Amino acid sequence: MTLPFAIALAHLRSRRRQTMVSVLGVALGVGVFIAVTGLMAGFQSFFRAQMIESNPHVTITDEVRTPAPQPLAMLHPEAAVVVSRIVPRDPVRGIANAGEIMAALAAMPGVAVAPTLRGQMLMRRAGRDYAVSTIGIDPAREMRVTTLQKDIKEGSLEALGARPDGVVIGQALARKMGVALGDTVAVSTVAGGESALRVVGIFRTGLEQQDLGQVYVALNRLQSMQARPRVVNEIHIRLADIDRSREVAAMAEGRWGYKAAPWEETFARILEVFVLQNTIIYGSTGSILLVAGFGIFNIISTVVSEKARDIAIMRSIGMPRGSVVATFIAEGIAVGVMGVLAGWLVGFVGASIMETFPAPGAEDPTQRLMVRQTVFTYGLAAGIALLSSVGAAWIPARKAARTDPLEIIRGAT
Amino acid sequence: MTDILKVEHLGRVLPLAVPVTLLTDVSLAFQPASFTVITGPSGSGKSSLLYLLGLLDVPTTGEVFVDGTPTSALDDAARTRLRLAVFGFVFQFHFLLPEFTVLDNVMLPMRQLGRLTRPQMKERAMELLAQLDMADQANKRPDALSGGQRQRTAVARALTNDPPVVLADEPTGALDTKNAAAVFAILAGLAQQGRTVIAVTHDEGLAGTSPRRVHLVDGRVVRDAALG
Repeated sequence: MTLPFAIALAHLRSRRRQTMVSVLGVALGVGVFIAVTGLMAGFQSFFRAQMIESNPHVTITDEVRTPAPQPLAMLHPEAAVVVSRIVPRDPVRGIANAGEIMAALAAMPGVAVAPTLRGQMLMRRAGRDYAVSTIGIDPAREMRVTTLQKDIKEGSLEALGARPDGVVIGQALARKMGVALGDTVAVSTVAGGESALRVVGIFRTGLEQQDLGQVYVALNRLQSMQARPRVVNEIHIRLADIDRSREVAAMAEGRWGYKAAPWEETFARILEVFVLQNTIIYGSTGSILLVAGFGIFNIISTVVSEKARDIAIMRSIGMPRGSVVATFIAEGIAVGVMGVLAGWLVGFVGASIMETFPAPGAEDPTQRLMVRQTVFTYGLAAGIALLSSVGAAWIPARKAARTDPLEIIRGAT
Repeated sequence: MTDILKVEHLGRVLPLAVPVTLLTDVSLAFQPASFTVITGPSGSGKSSLLYLLGLLDVPTTGEVFVDGTPTSALDDAARTRLRLAVFGFVFQFHFLLPEFTVLDNVMLPMRQLGRLTRPQMKERAMELLAQLDMADQANKRPDALSGGQRQRTAVARALTNDPPVVLADEPTGALDTKNAAAVFAILAGLAQQGRTVIAVTHDEGLAGTSPRRVHLVDGRVVRDAALG
């Protein structure tokens, strides 16, 4: 053991109670950090998994990111020409060569594709209208690109293939409309067609936006209702390796020109909220660790004041200023390390206890809070705590190093 | 014989609002294996001279030579290193670290120097403690010792790095007559072993036992017994 560290431990041992309070402060900070960030990460992890599992990893739509350039602008690219009041062409919407695109994508390893037609629809029940986003799917192929089947609570997705007038709706929407499996609902599309659909399946993803505002019908049925025969305006892609989503999307967009959005783009807003949420949670829980640093500052400042004579004698016998600083930094580190170790235990136990609590708002009474504990979180908590400890020790350590031994020795005689 | 320690025209003025002169034009030389006592009334500059000799303070004028090397141009780190290697200090108050045992306190300068292994340090410390009749107190803490035992521990600590110069500032000031005489005898013995021992004291009786006596008044050397 080095001399500064030996002296540091001796100082801390001589003030056991104060040391324990400081260690406890750091431990609580680390424990709360691990438990709270774990809870948040667990929620985000669950939410992200739900998003990714129940939705395509890449969605190709019949849109283009940038409008076609105007001929005049192409003819005189450097000219000071303003083209206004352009009446855009109104081509038939839909992915023109969907079959060819799907065949090409399906030929790629680890890629599954499914055609869909997305549109708006009004569902009418008991005199009230419910605007929903309607997705026309080929059930057999859709099951290869999403895990919607897993989220079906009543009925089945395959029923859409057996019953041309079937519709699969979210549990939240079913409750809101007061419909159950087998009930018939009147629907109308923007194309003006009206018909009746029978509820053949009820799903629950846990994502309100989908459970309340999204329904599934057979692809050819929706094409018929929207008077868009054989039209596909979305191609859903599922990847064996989710990390390839950006790469595959970029390839598809570059090759066929249609907008291809990876899941990160589709759910960008939610992911942005996660970033904000992370910033707030890490900031607030991290600040607890900084506050714990004040406890360390307090004990080391006290020790520096009390041990002025010891510092003077150590300096007079030849301890350099750097070793004096090292002594008190070592005290901060020692408190920090003890606090981190205890805090890891507090965090682990706290997180384990929280995992036994029922998830608030969950419809499934057996569902428990998800707390995600990672090596990163433990490491980050330790890193912040130790930085805080060193920072808190630095100021009194510098003061101690500046002590003029002669002043103390003269003062003592 | 070469002087191990020498000061020439040493002056020290405290730069206060009203400057205070501690020492004026002090020139002295100290040879190995010598025992010098510095005496003088309170405020005469005895301790100030000792601190300058031990590189704990920096002179306003003049120069301190350690083994022929001038020291005024050295920075704090170099002075600290020199202090660790050349000087052993004994103060009026023992300044032992209360959390450490006698043995650990004695080993402190050796641990700072880092030349020996831990078993070697322990052997050396125990050897010194035995010489000072303190071996049986090695595992006690300072608060369990008498005043004389604490001061003997401080002497042992001053000697652990085998310094050629031992500086003692009123080493018997807090001791009773018997313990004071014992500590003074130890210091005299160190000189006989080849060290340069310089002790500040106000005890006329003890000062009389020293072969050389430097007497200060108002920061000036008024008598140096070795010079006759």
